[in-house]
Amino acid sequence: MYTEKVMDHFTNPRNVGELENANGVGEVGNAKCGDIMRIYLDIEGDVIKDVKFKTFGCGAAVATSSMVTEMVKGKTIEEALVISNAAVAEALGGLPPAKMHCSNLAADALHKAIENYREKQLGI
Amino acid sequence: MRRIYLDHSATTPVDPEVAALMMTYYTEKYGNPSSVHAFGREAKQALEEARRQVAELIGATPQEITFTSGGTESDNLAILGTVEAMRKKGKHLITTAIEHHAVLETFEYLEKNGFELTVIPVDAEAIVSVEDVRKAIRPDTILISVMHANNEVGAIQPIVEIGNLAKERGITFHVDAVQSLGKIPINVKELNVDLMTVSSHKIYGPKGVGALYIRKGVHIVPLAHGGSQEKRRRSGTENTPGIIGFGKACELIGKRMAKETEFQTKLRDRFMNGILERIEYVKVNGPTGEKRLANNVNVSIRFVEGESLLLSLDMLGIAASSGSACTSGSLDPSHVLLAMGLVHEIAHGSLRFSLGRQNTEEEIDYVLEQLPKIVDRLRMMSPLYDQVLHSKQAQ
Repeated sequence: MYTEKVMDHFTNPRNVGELENANGVGEVGNAKCGDIMRIYLDIEGDVIKDVKFKTFGCGAAVATSSMVTEMVKGKTIEEALVISNAAVAEALGGLPPAKMHCSNLAADALHKAIENYREKQLGI
Repeated sequence: MRRIYLDHSATTPVDPEVAALMMTYYTEKYGNPSSVHAFGREAKQALEEARRQVAELIGATPQEITFTSGGTESDNLAILGTVEAMRKKGKHLITTAIEHHAVLETFEYLEKNGFELTVIPVDAEAIVSVEDVRKAIRPDTILISVMHANNEVGAIQPIVEIGNLAKERGITFHVDAVQSLGKIPINVKELNVDLMTVSSHKIYGPKGVGALYIRKGVHIVPLAHGGSQEKRRRSGTENTPGIIGFGKACELIGKRMAKETEFQTKLRDRFMNGILERIEYVKVNGPTGEKRLANNVNVSIRFVEGESLLLSLDMLGIAASSGSACTSGSLDPSHVLLAMGLVHEIAHGSLRFSLGRQNTEEEIDYVLEQLPKIVDRLRMMSPLYDQVLHSKQAQ
């Protein structure tokens, strides 16, 4: 049901953990639906220097989280903002149809983390 | 890679003796049991022997057994067939919150079509209260359907008492015994049931075969009309090899049940206690001891999600199942766990292991060795575990 790439990211997830000096944190999902993704960003200037994630959820939830961190590391905020959930799924070689809507939220978590960073910069 | 199968409540391997017998009826004795000639007669004879074997396992007479394509069809035939036959008597139906979808969805379909349905809740151990059933009965109640043992948490229901109640009030009583057949002794007379669903592939028989016990004198309207097979209750050429395999499987499990149950009870308790000893923040779902099927282990492992657990186990060759939403095909976790009062996040982290004939202590010990590592890995990834982790680090 999952592609080899999904299983690879599930088995050996990249960038798992927390960032103590994160200046942008974003979380999506809830325990009720069975998926929670939290992304930590360390942004310097306009560039994502470091990124980590923590995820509670199914194989697809873990794999998309891992994939999105790999996709944005070293990228600018502008580049990160155009990454969509669909692009993350595509980078994994696709997801089963049932997973496209419920567990494919990693880009949303990323965008929330960037939003959080921007709010902090503005001192909101 | 080694493979450990712990999903016997989903299905079982076919017993080699059963498979060998079935093969004869595919390639040599392939006659249609309705035919007059020798080919037909030998098939008919074997079919009737199978009917006798199934009847014997549940304390019924062969005439009371109708073969079907499996549990789902038997449930549908029992419910829709009764409702159709009793339509003039009333329109109220009673079932429980933890039934198999084959029962629940059939009742929900009837509810949408003008019938009134009462769904009885269960307690925290997934057991139905006889008192609740009593209170739900109305003068126009025509059918009560309660499963014998639950497929997810192994909870055994008070069927005798509910059967008595139904008998007193003259209400048809259906029991889905798919999970209990071959695991606990069943006698339809003692249980006071009118209709009972049984299935072959949970007892080392082939898939695609089941039966409905219909007590003598109970009238149901058939779903399938045609060539009048099965005394007009289920038309269609009989699946002779499958039915003969089912009969043989009944005979074999009847002989082995006592020993198997004794061994599996020990294995189950070793397994459950082992999980509780080795993993923190674990909850056993369902009853313990006598009220639980000997082959059922169901636990919720907090802060992790069921499908992730299943995938991780699967990579080690260990087969289990989960009540998480990801495995149910919907956004909600198991209706059984929710009915027991579990919150969604605990239900999402549930794991069911169902034991079978060929499982060994050594296999269970291997799983007990691997499972804590899997849980640790997933918890380290889980934002829900942060609080626990931080308080541990602070110590």
